Amino acid sequence: MAIQRAAQAGSLESCDALIQIEPATALTIEVKSDAAAQFGNTIKNTVEATLAELGEKTAKVQVTDRGALDYTLRARVRVAVARAREAKS
Amino acid sequence: MSVSKLRRSLLYIPGNNPNLIQNSVLFGADSLMFDLEDGVLASEKDAARELVRSALTELDFRGHEVLVRINGMDTPLGEVDLEAIVPAKPNGIRLPKANSPEDVKACDAIITRLERAHHLPAGSIFMILSLETTKAVLNAHAIATASKRVVGIAIGAEDYTADLQTERSLTGEELFYARSALVVAARAAGIQAIDTVFSNVNDDAGLVAETEKIKQLGFDGKSLISPRQIGPVHKVFTPDAVAIERAKAVVAAFNEAKAKNLGVISLNGRMVDLPVVLRAQRVLRLAGLEEQNPSGGAAK
Repeated sequence: MAIQRAAQAGSLESCDALIQIEPATALTIEVKSDAAAQFGNTIKNTVEATLAELGEKTAKVQVTDRGALDYTLRARVRVAVARAREAKS
Repeated sequence: MSVSKLRRSLLYIPGNNPNLIQNSVLFGADSLMFDLEDGVLASEKDAARELVRSALTELDFRGHEVLVRINGMDTPLGEVDLEAIVPAKPNGIRLPKANSPEDVKACDAIITRLERAHHLPAGSIFMILSLETTKAVLNAHAIATASKRVVGIAIGAEDYTADLQTERSLTGEELFYARSALVVAARAAGIQAIDTVFSNVNDDAGLVAETEKIKQLGFDGKSLISPRQIGPVHKVFTPDAVAIERAKAVVAAFNEAKAKNLGVISLNGRMVDLPVVLRAQRVLRLAGLEEQNPSGGAAK
């Protein structure tokens, strides 16, 4: 099932991440984080791996991180993708 | 085993809040209840469900008991929640709106199916029920015994009071019958009785007064909405030094009588029969001084 529309999940609260996703022809992941220097890459890898698990090969993803642990990142990505897959109402 | 676990405090944690979820083990509650129901916006139910599932699967809750309050069986969300959550192996499910034996059996059947499908030990996930209507209170024993998974019943005061067509008060007269009925039903069923939440997190004195009252009524514990409430509630349920000494004396007399094969136990000239011994053992448990060899009559 493909991403059909723009969607988001998560929040900007402490320990959370806001995942914004929209359809695209390639895979781009942009990470905004106060800890980007230390964790930017790890966040990107976790998001990429979760997308791969879900079978999504192309998407434009923006991650605004507020110190989310991996379990949160994964959960927020899964929900953003599920919401993006829903047909436009 | 699940029925006798200490559950003085059952702390609700909003299921869509990663900060609270991952820090929940630091608060010292006897049980944690990750909430997918009233503590989550309707538009975020999917997000909360997945966050709690992810947390259960990936985080270590360091031996804490973890329940998930799913949505009720009166909406399709309840089953969707169970499908996601049961494979992630919570210790138990908190079922809201458990207002009839059918509600309980419906939830039990879904958990059973999912335990089988995911190769989990049958019956490993227990249930604590919230009874929230007048009909439920009248039918409390049938609801409490509708499934072997049920280890405790609770009262959902807001909905129940609305059903009574009155309002909640600090002194709680409107809840007296329901609370008593719940304790009686729980004891008859051999399970625990859990009281409703105290909403004013800034009113410590009010919380303590209410907790003392419901402890006297026979409740085993209370649902809480803030970690601040844990300390005061545990203090109410913890016996004082005098009570502990008395309990130790009773248990010592009982053990001595058992060892000497005496038919009658006496302490300070008074007869000590089984209910007294059981009460003393309960006091020691609440004080964290569990006896090594509880009598055969202890709760299951």
